[in-house]
This record gives sequence, structure tokens and C-alpha cells, in this order.
Amino acid sequence: MLDLIKLRIRHGFQAIANIRNAAMMEVHRGFPIIDEAKYNTDWQKVVDVCPTNAITKNPAAIDLGKCIFCGECERASNGAIRFSNDYKIAASKKDYLIVASGAVYKEYVESAIEAQKRIHTLFGRSLKLRQVSAGGCNGCEMELSACGNVNFDMGRFGVDFVASPRHADGIVITGPITKNMAPALLDAYKSISKPKIVIAVGACAISGGVFADSDELNREFLNMVKIDLFIPGCPPHPLTIINAILDFIGKK
Amino acid sequence: MYAVVADDNNSRLNVASSKIDAQSGYRSFTSEISSASMFEREMFEQCEITPEGHPWLKPIRHGIAGIDQRETAYEFFSMTGKEIHEVGVGPIHAGIIEPGHFRFSCHGEKVYHLEIEHGFQHRGVEALFAKTNNHPVYLEKLSESIAGDTVIGHCGTFVRAMESAGNMSVSRTVKTIRTIALELERIAVHLGDLSALSGDVAYLTGSSVFGALRTKVINTTMSICGNRFGRGLLTIGGVNYTISSTLQDKILAMINELEDDVLLAGEVLFTSASTLERFEKTGIVEKETAREIGMVGPAARASGVAIDVRSDHPFGAYESFPVHKLTLNSGDVFARAYIRFVEIQQSIKIIRDQLNNLSDAELKNIVSSLQPNRFVISLTEGWRGEIAHVLLTDNDGNIKRLKIKDPSFNNWLALALAVRDEGISDFPLCNKSFNLSYCGVDL
Repeated sequence: MLDLIKLRIRHGFQAIANIRNAAMMEVHRGFPIIDEAKYNTDWQKVVDVCPTNAITKNPAAIDLGKCIFCGECERASNGAIRFSNDYKIAASKKDYLIVASGAVYKEYVESAIEAQKRIHTLFGRSLKLRQVSAGGCNGCEMELSACGNVNFDMGRFGVDFVASPRHADGIVITGPITKNMAPALLDAYKSISKPKIVIAVGACAISGGVFADSDELNREFLNMVKIDLFIPGCPPHPLTIINAILDFIGKK
Repeated sequence: MYAVVADDNNSRLNVASSKIDAQSGYRSFTSEISSASMFEREMFEQCEITPEGHPWLKPIRHGIAGIDQRETAYEFFSMTGKEIHEVGVGPIHAGIIEPGHFRFSCHGEKVYHLEIEHGFQHRGVEALFAKTNNHPVYLEKLSESIAGDTVIGHCGTFVRAMESAGNMSVSRTVKTIRTIALELERIAVHLGDLSALSGDVAYLTGSSVFGALRTKVINTTMSICGNRFGRGLLTIGGVNYTISSTLQDKILAMINELEDDVLLAGEVLFTSASTLERFEKTGIVEKETAREIGMVGPAARASGVAIDVRSDHPFGAYESFPVHKLTLNSGDVFARAYIRFVEIQQSIKIIRDQLNNLSDAELKNIVSSLQPNRFVISLTEGWRGEIAHVLLTDNDGNIKRLKIKDPSFNNWLALALAVRDEGISDFPLCNKSFNLSYCGVDL
């Protein structure tokens, strides 16, 4: 009994108090900055080294939906591309994920997720989500689970993951959507009553990620539904996920 | 057909090969060696070679051709009887976890048999590795996603296979950094599992405390390479990040504090009567069974089978120091939980020792092209157990085939056997005590 009390005291209070502006480690690879001044002959090397073809030459841009944040381009670029530790990188439209040369984080954060009054009214105080792993490697799944742990404690904002799609207001997709999971994903989506939202988490769900060239995928589902929120990363950090959802539902 | 057979006692790997006529097949080994069953089924699935006399031949990954799962009947092992009923679970499960289908044959609450249907996560990983002209950087990143909970384990196995096929060597410092990363991964997942096991028996203190400790460990991995799971750290020919002396001090301070925390939390968890009541004598796998079906990793060691790649077939830095094989005998959920607790402490000691072996050596060698016609076997003791990659190159030095074997491939059957005669409500607990990978098997 004494050990238990000692343990609880040692454990203390673990929750990050200010999730909206929590500090992130310097080494984290978040929002990329393309330096136009250094955009030079080396850029082709940057384009070539990218394992997921996320970087384009004309115009010089990086697609966060394809990026797996491995940092290879940063090493190859002689400073033309640099990952900052800024982590609020989600967007409500796929096009917004393309970060062009000269883009500034502050402006990106202000415009990438469009707050909708209807969404705020419906889900601002309570949002229950059903997660479906459709070929996910368990990376995104572990970070989504971590959102609910004692450190991040997403439940305090009324956002939770639920077991039954019948209890859910939306679906969270991870993985590149395998042929074998496509029917089950559609079933889960159909089982959620309207109005419902769809969130794509991770490079695989958004673009296929490292599996984009595989013959074993069936991504038709993405043409059938409207994705409301794209959360990039490989996997996205819990702070990226939680802030994206809170911005989307208009929580201050 | 190639068969790699390990002689653990003499630290040898034996390779047997034979040409097989796809039409006529070959005589199945399964009736004499039970652990061959999954391998024979996989060869049947992938190469359409029939092992004649296999007791129950069917593919491992159902619906691999992309057939709608509901339209084709999967031949489950079934029971008949007036009061026998079946419980089907999945592919989508209740939590935030990977998909797979479980089929229980029950009488009342009692489980007589469980069969697990794999394949829902099949992303064509092995085919992607064999596509020509793939850039080494891409292959490296792909290997990190074989199983995202075993980034260092699988990527480490793969980069060592590539280095061997390209006649490359790495410095002691590189081996040390890889070892530290692998042991951090082991500690992190074991802590996460202890948290989840506590959660499954409604022991919330354990769930919270071990969960918070896990966060500290994965954040340490992040402080090395910028990713909580170690993505981006390993590369063919070396590592992308070093451990500076400041970082060494931080890691040392973290593991010293962690050691005290884990000892205290473990003491509390493993003396709690309510926890022990659920853990002990639940989901037993006997030593004999574990040997027969070829179990690996901590689950095998919890059943008394002393196997550990780190000491049986040492790789990287493990060649220079002995890793004592830890075993327990009861083979129940308790043993699988407790083995994690002691392995965490062992890994802490390994990291502490390894932190002294860092130097300013070159972190990355120039990547040389692969030699033609190579056959490379690369083994790692990941947190789940033995990870094996077999790499074959063709005449031009391209990857002809990368065969991946996750430890889950050996251990899924153990879960099915562990839940026999248990109440179905103990399934989640048994399942978590193995914590096996779906994507590592489905590939």
C-alpha cells in the first residue's frame, strides 16, 4: 500500500497543460521551409532523393500529404529545404498541403484548416470517432492511441475514440487502404449516421505513402467520400493530431 | 526451395535447397515438424507448390487476390453440436488496432478453438522490395513500415542484409547506436504492453504509470533522431544521427530514473492480488507446445524456451558482449507480463554499458552496389522475437527477392492455443500478452 502511494506521488501529474501551444523538441521534423535564395542547381538532387515523390521542381514545392518527414531532402539540399519543429500542419483541403517555396508557417496555420460554424455547432463540445486501420503499419495507430494517454489526454476536450461506428460522429482512416480492407472500411463508414466527418491520418491514408505504387491497394473509397481533414505525418505526432481536430471543430 | 534451419546451440545457420517441380510438389514436413506448417502454407500461397500430405493446406492470407472477403467462404476449423456456437470478431476490432478476423468455437463462455484469418493488411510489401530500380533510400523507408511498432527491428535487419550483400562494414559506433535504438524500442513497447495489460484487468494505476514511462522512452528515441519510433535513424551503411555527449548524459539520466520507476511500478503491479488473480494460470502455453510449434521471443522465453537471437546468433554490437537468456516457466499471462518487466531491466543495463562505447567514428559509409547472386540471411532479436530477412540478388545485383519473417509469423498459433479452454472474456488479456503484429504477417 505504501509503495502504491509512493508510486502515485512519483507519477505526479503527467498531462500537458497547454496542448494548444505545447513546446516541441527542436529535432522534430514538422513544417518544411523552402529557401528561395538557396533554390539552385542542387534542387534536382532534392527531388530525386525523396522516397515518396513529394517534392516537385517547377514550382519548387513539397506535398505534406506525400511527405514521410524522413529528412533525406534536408540532408541533400544544402539548406534549400529545412524542417522546422512547427507541428500544426494539418489541412482541411488536400491542395493546402502543398507547401511552396517561400511559404510561411504562421500564414499556413491561419488558413490551412477552415473553421466551419456548422461543424463547431455539431461537434464543438463532443466528437466521437471510429478509427479504421486499412493497411496501417501500426505507427499511426499507436500515435492515435497515444492521444488518449495520460500525457496528451484528448478526452478532456470531449474528443474520444469509440468502439462502435453507431456511436461515432466520424471515421478516422489510417493506412493506404488495402484491397482486403476496402469493403470493411466502406461498411464502417456506412454504419455511421449522418452528419459524419472523415479524417485521413498519415501519409499512407492521404496519398498511399511508401505503398503508393503497390498493386494491392484499392483507394476508391477516397473518391466516394469527402475527406474533411488531412493530418499528415509518418506517423503524425499526437500534438499534430489533437491540434488539428481542435482547430477543425473550432475549439479555442 | 530454400530452407534456413538454425542450430541455436552451436550458433550456426544451415541452408538446404532443392529444385521442386511445381506440378508434382513435394512431401510435406508438417506431420513430422509442426512448426513447418505456416511456412509450407505460405509457399503454397505464394508459389503454388503443393506440400503433399499437409494436414490442412490452405493459404495464410485470405483474399490475397483482392476478392471481396464476404463473397468467398474461408474454410474455418469448425465444430458441430447442439450447444456449440461461433463468435466472429473483426476484421475491424474494438480499439485503435490493426485488422484481422478471429473465429471462436465456443461452448457457453468456454473457448474450444480459435482460428485467426490473416491478410487484411496485405500491402504487397515483398513485391515492392523486388521492383527494380528502387532507390536505396526508398527501400530503407519501406523497411521501416514493415511493422511500424518495430521500426528499428525491421529496418535494422534490412540494412544489415543490404550491407552484407554490398560487402560493406560499419564502425563500432554505428553498431552501438543501432543497439541503443533497438533496446530503447524494446523497453518502450514492453512498457506499453505492461500498461495495456494493466488496463485490460482494470488496474488503472499500472495503465497510467507504465503509459507515462513509455512516453519518456519514445521521447528519448525522438531526441536522437526526431521521430518517436526511430524512423530516419538507420540507413544502409550506417546511421543518420549521432549521440552527442550532451545527449549521452541525457539518455543516461533518463534510464537511471526509469530503472527506479520501473522497479517500483513493477513491485506494485506484481504484488497486487487483483492483478495476479487475472494474470496467473491464464492462457498457458506449455514448454513442450512452445517448442513444437516453434515459438520465438519473450513469449517463448515465458514458456521456458531459452532462445534469444542476441546470444544464439549475435549480430552487430551483440557480438562483443553476452546477453543472458532470461526464461520463466509458467507460460501464462503472468509469465509473459513478468518477462517484459525483467527484460526492461536487462535492456536498461545494456544501454548503460553501450553508452560508453561511442566515439567520433564515421557515421555513414558510401553505399556500394549489391553483389550479384547473393544469398543473405539477416537476423535480429526484436522486441517480439526473431526477425529474419532473406535477401537474394540476381545476376545484375538487383534485389530478386526479399523474404521477410516477422516473429508474429511463429507466434500467432500460440495465441490460438493459449485461449483454448479459457473463458472468452479472457481473450483480450491473452491477446495483449502476446501483442502480435498483423501487418508483419500480412506484408
